[in-house]
Amino acid sequence: MKFTTTLLASSAIVGAGTLAFADAHGNMAKDMTLVSWGGAYQASQDKAYVQPYLGMHSDVTAVWDESSAEAVAKLRAMNEAGNVTWDLVDVVAADAIRLCDEGLAMEIDADEVLAAAPDGTSASDDFGDLLVSDCFIPQIVYSTTFGYRTDMVGDTPPSKICDVFDLEAYPGKRSLEKRPINNMEWALLCDGVAKADVYDVLATPEGQEKALAKLDTIKDDVIWWSAGADTPQLLADGEIVMGSTYNGRLFSVIEEQKQPVAMLWDAQVFDLDGWIIPAGLPADRLARVMDFVKFATDTQRLADQSQYISYGPARLSSAPMVGKHADLGIDMAPHMPTDPNNAQNTFLYNYEFWADYRDDIDAKFQAWLAQ
Amino acid sequence: MSDVNNATTAPNSALAAERAEDEYTGPMLAADGTPLKRSLNRALRRQKISALLLIAPLLIFVLVTFVAPIADMLFRSVENKIVQDTLPRTTTELKNWDSEGGELPDQAVYKSLYQDIYVAQERKLHTRLGSRLNYELTGASSLFRKSGRGVDDIGEVYQDQFEDLNAFWKKGENWNDVLGSDAWLATMKDWKKASGDAQPPFEMRDGIADILPQTANYYLIFADFVQNEDNDNLYKEDPWPLVYSAFYDDLTGPTAEQIAAYAGPGATELAQAAAAAPSFDSVDYAQAFADIDKDWVELPIWQTIATYSPRFTNGYFLNAVDMQKTPDGPALRPDDERIYWTLFKRTLFMSVCITLSCILLGYPVGWILANLPARTANLLMILVLLPFWTSLLVRTSAWKVMLQQQGVINDTLVWLGVVADDSRLALINNQTGTIIAMTHILLPFMILPLYSVMKTVPPSYLRAAKSLGATNWTAFWRVYFPQSVPGIGAGSILVFILSIGYYITPEIVGGRTGTFISNRIAYHISSSLNWGLAAALGAILLAVVLGLYYAYDKIVGIDNVKLGG
Repeated sequence: MKFTTTLLASSAIVGAGTLAFADAHGNMAKDMTLVSWGGAYQASQDKAYVQPYLGMHSDVTAVWDESSAEAVAKLRAMNEAGNVTWDLVDVVAADAIRLCDEGLAMEIDADEVLAAAPDGTSASDDFGDLLVSDCFIPQIVYSTTFGYRTDMVGDTPPSKICDVFDLEAYPGKRSLEKRPINNMEWALLCDGVAKADVYDVLATPEGQEKALAKLDTIKDDVIWWSAGADTPQLLADGEIVMGSTYNGRLFSVIEEQKQPVAMLWDAQVFDLDGWIIPAGLPADRLARVMDFVKFATDTQRLADQSQYISYGPARLSSAPMVGKHADLGIDMAPHMPTDPNNAQNTFLYNYEFWADYRDDIDAKFQAWLAQ
Repeated sequence: MSDVNNATTAPNSALAAERAEDEYTGPMLAADGTPLKRSLNRALRRQKISALLLIAPLLIFVLVTFVAPIADMLFRSVENKIVQDTLPRTTTELKNWDSEGGELPDQAVYKSLYQDIYVAQERKLHTRLGSRLNYELTGASSLFRKSGRGVDDIGEVYQDQFEDLNAFWKKGENWNDVLGSDAWLATMKDWKKASGDAQPPFEMRDGIADILPQTANYYLIFADFVQNEDNDNLYKEDPWPLVYSAFYDDLTGPTAEQIAAYAGPGATELAQAAAAAPSFDSVDYAQAFADIDKDWVELPIWQTIATYSPRFTNGYFLNAVDMQKTPDGPALRPDDERIYWTLFKRTLFMSVCITLSCILLGYPVGWILANLPARTANLLMILVLLPFWTSLLVRTSAWKVMLQQQGVINDTLVWLGVVADDSRLALINNQTGTIIAMTHILLPFMILPLYSVMKTVPPSYLRAAKSLGATNWTAFWRVYFPQSVPGIGAGSILVFILSIGYYITPEIVGGRTGTFISNRIAYHISSSLNWGLAAALGAILLAVVLGLYYAYDKIVGIDNVKLGG
């Protein structure tokens, strides 16, 4: 307890110190380098808060770097070289935790740094459990889930996650991500393990064997993807019957490209994406980033982002403000992974489990894959 | 042939030397009177230096931007100082522990673990060590994260007791008055953070280190951290709980008599604390760590720390060949975790396949290019070079469209009736896909050297062979082909070495059976962050390539490789 208070106190001092410094010298950096994923997601960030911010501060410029996929490795290399050129980095929560662990991301105090909700709820309550790391500023909730070809599944479309493992009812290829995370959980779930026990079972060598044995039953019918764009392309080409990917990618296949594809939300795995601030920024750049990030993660801006992409805003207070898609004019709420109809059976990515077991299970998974 | 030459030249030179001895009586002199040999050497040296100066910019550039980073990266495959640097006291204490005895380490080890982790978590280094050890022992990552949060409570046991005893011990100012030298205190009290001047570095009061050795030790670490890393005013800063536990150890330790004799500032409080300390609740460090996580009272984590405490390790290299360090020495990994050996074999096998198919496809193209009139040949050459001007990703993705089961090639075959609709060929996401796509991408590297070598073979040789009665095949095989071998050699080396290190194309079209070792290297660099293992895999790959190059030089001879006329 004492530790937390000292921590809070010290970060408050740091925060106040930076602000004082910035005020005293009137000196916030004019340039920001923002790191994100490129594509539709980065575009949604650009429209929802980067352009509005630049509109308010005409002397500031922002540069995008589409390096989020390699952010952890690159930040580590920059840090070792003593020259961090990024100001704000968009990463998934698991990477934020690792960057925090490695001391590469700055620890922040959510209530100090982030805006409160319009009704006065503090930022830490508004984000709630989604603040999974001391360094992480969540933006969106996304999910990894399945899409299937409506014209290739007969009269009874798949409705349960285990239909993915049912080659008799749904013959044809499937696509799964080329890593153990999510696949192992789904396999155990369909091998009769209760949802509450999945991670306990997966922590044992027998459980890992069990999951791989279940995946073995469909191994010959799986195309393994490593880029989020793979499954949408395979679905659009009719190369697979069903496949896993990020729900926003499926939204664009279904609604924007009007392909005969539908969502299978059962056992979708929630994950978070958000900002981290690299550790050790000079005061003027830090002051600019703090100013930007406070604006970019406020209630209105996160709600605005959902007009452009079907990912759920990470703030509780943004949820009621989710409106219609900016171009298509359709209601976005039913396409959100967090919509009650879609979220009847969900997983939340188990960060701590995978931080521990990732290396071990990945070795086994890759060995199994190579056989 | 060369033996004969040597045999005939050797006696000749001997003869010449004898004759020389007969005729010359002194060293040969240059025009200025210095011995010719020295004068020649000097001239040559000057030439060499100026040549070296001319290439120096390039040499330095290559050294700095290419050789040094590679050497640095490869060095990581054996470097392991993080364990010793983060847990210096624990690893020293652990040297006396028998890792195979089946007994847990003693209290002294747990105590140093507390001290190490406390300092590490202030510097936020403990989680880094956790991720490092997690490569060897599943669970180390969260164990260290948890312990970093838990160590505060351990020291607070003493902190609370000292503070309850006398509020004097609560304040950083009082601690500084006792421990700091008078000179330092004087300057420190005048120092203002806002002034922008550097904070006067902490100085210990004379004699404190003799009576409170451990307190002094940890207070120095604390002071250094506050002044240099946190940049806070040390005078106002309350000490870490770690300092209190060291204080307790000193008060109950062998220096009790000296403490009683102490008469400097804070002597009354010190005497009071020394009198009270023996009756304080003490901390059972082993139990405290067991409360944080029961893994601390089990053997695996201690064995792992002991195994990986040296500054250098062969662990990464063992990992890279599917082995692991165990208390009994290196052993093979369990069956279900072996992967690298398979991948090395596969990478070599597929690179050979790709090289062979490049020769097969490139040779006729090279021949046609070399034998066509220059105008047409140049036009066709553009077609060969065209792929170079297209992005690698675009070319690889295009192969996806071509090769997939609902793709162009399968559609055509089904339309022609060659294959049935329900048994379309699997041409992608397997080895076939990788071989096809990479052969296409690397083909120009085969055609170009072949073409430039074939261009130098005079067409008259073939005509001469035929006019002497050779069949087309004999003329080609006995006359033309041997002269084109240097081109094949150069092309093969290029294609083979390039393909051995490829990872983008196999990643996209290789599926699960067509990926290379480089895909795992990329994974360890960018995803798992196990750079040591990536470096070990890379070092092995480099050694294999150099070994093959050496073998090639011995068998074929590197002089037989030509990139052009």
